Amino acid sequence: MLFELEGATYSRSGKAVLRDFTARLPIGASCVAGPSGSGKSTLLRLLNRLADPHSGRVLYEGVDVQELDPLALRREVSLVPQLPALIDGTVHENIAYGPRLAGRSFDTRSCLELAGLDPEFEGRDASKLSVGEQQRVMLARALALEPRVLLLDEPTSALDEGARDAVEATLRALRARTAISLVLVTHDTEQARRLADYVVRIEAGRVAAQGPAPEVLGDPGAAVAAAEDGS
Amino acid sequence: MSGPVAASTIDVSFGEVGAALALVAIAIVASRSWHAGLEEDIGIAVVRSAIQLTAIGYVITLIFDEDSFALVLALITVMVVFGAFTARHRALRVPGSFWPLLASLGVAAATTLGLVVALGIFDPTPRYLVPVGGMVVGNSMTAAAVALNRLGEDVSDQSRRIEATLALGATSSQAMIPLVRRSLRSGMITLVDSTKTTGLIFFPGTMVGMLLAGADPTDAVRLQLILLYVLLGAASIAALMSITLARRNFFTPAHQLREPAEP
Repeated sequence: MLFELEGATYSRSGKAVLRDFTARLPIGASCVAGPSGSGKSTLLRLLNRLADPHSGRVLYEGVDVQELDPLALRREVSLVPQLPALIDGTVHENIAYGPRLAGRSFDTRSCLELAGLDPEFEGRDASKLSVGEQQRVMLARALALEPRVLLLDEPTSALDEGARDAVEATLRALRARTAISLVLVTHDTEQARRLADYVVRIEAGRVAAQGPAPEVLGDPGAAVAAAEDGS
Repeated sequence: MSGPVAASTIDVSFGEVGAALALVAIAIVASRSWHAGLEEDIGIAVVRSAIQLTAIGYVITLIFDEDSFALVLALITVMVVFGAFTARHRALRVPGSFWPLLASLGVAAATTLGLVVALGIFDPTPRYLVPVGGMVVGNSMTAAAVALNRLGEDVSDQSRRIEATLALGATSSQAMIPLVRRSLRSGMITLVDSTKTTGLIFFPGTMVGMLLAGADPTDAVRLQLILLYVLLGAASIAALMSITLARRNFFTPAHQLREPAEP
């Protein structure tokens, strides 16, 4: 099992965000799906120790993440945040940031290609890119660390439909070309259906359902038929 | 510093001080007509400045009469503690800012005053250490307060960017480098600019005071230059040290950004 959460709780400003959260995320492509404000992003931050649960445990490959070096964990379990947050400078400087800190070699152009961007982007000023392009640079920047797991927080929420389809195609291609596992957070059930093998549905900080995607999300054809019958 | 300090040739009466208050009325009228809401603060500032300066006048007279180094040390310590308390109110978004401020003001005062005494620029007597200490602590306090204010605002505004950097395996110190740079600049820039323009746009207080008291202009200028350089050093020590110590308070030992402090 890639991740296991055992009774994890987390509060912010005295308000419970995650309550006694127990769930499993297997190797492959998993999705945490739920409405806005249900605690999805917080859950993702617990997985690479950007935050620690106030009680309960988070296990990564059977080991409590609090026993792991947070910096090494974040290089192995890399998070792409919901909104672009690039450093000042060129695309190359952004992609080089993580590997340089870790003293690792990297190839900017291949990272850009994996993220679905033209390698010619490497010299461009990161602040001059569109939101969709910045989001892909965020993805390329995370990939430069050659992580084993990619945590994606609503990776297409700021994008239009065309850009969203392109990012989804990139993620599918990434899985086909690498052994990387994905944990995707989304409020979009259809996106969960398109990208994930395993789904954890979250509501108000609690697990509402979890299991293989078709079981948790149901058959889309059946849902449409039921709606038509009722009309 | 060699040579006797010129005796004051100016006698100031309470009536003359009271007459200067007429100009405060202009400030109050301006505030009221623009609804700036500063009337009460101006009133408090006038009353507090009168009480505090009168009190410190008596304290300084006592210290000069006693000629005691221990009393000088006690006075500067009180200034440092009050300076840290005052600056803390400007750094409300910085968690636990008091101790970094106290340490940085203390170190700035000790190193700069220690240096000027060790170099023989000033004699270690109350007549020199009290006014110079006041200036050093005051300017250090302003620099540290501005720097930490900026740091707190930047961390609050850029929390997403900081977390994104931490997510790439950066330590909290590495994630804070651009913010430290900007905060240090903010803390220092006012003093640097005023030092650049000194003698052109404004005459610093010490020089003006010495000239008014009848000192030789070249002596007044040399003393002022020493003070400007000492103050620059003190302000940079205070700003850099307060930032360096306070930046850790934003993070847990696991390089996690803490929840923002309530302003």
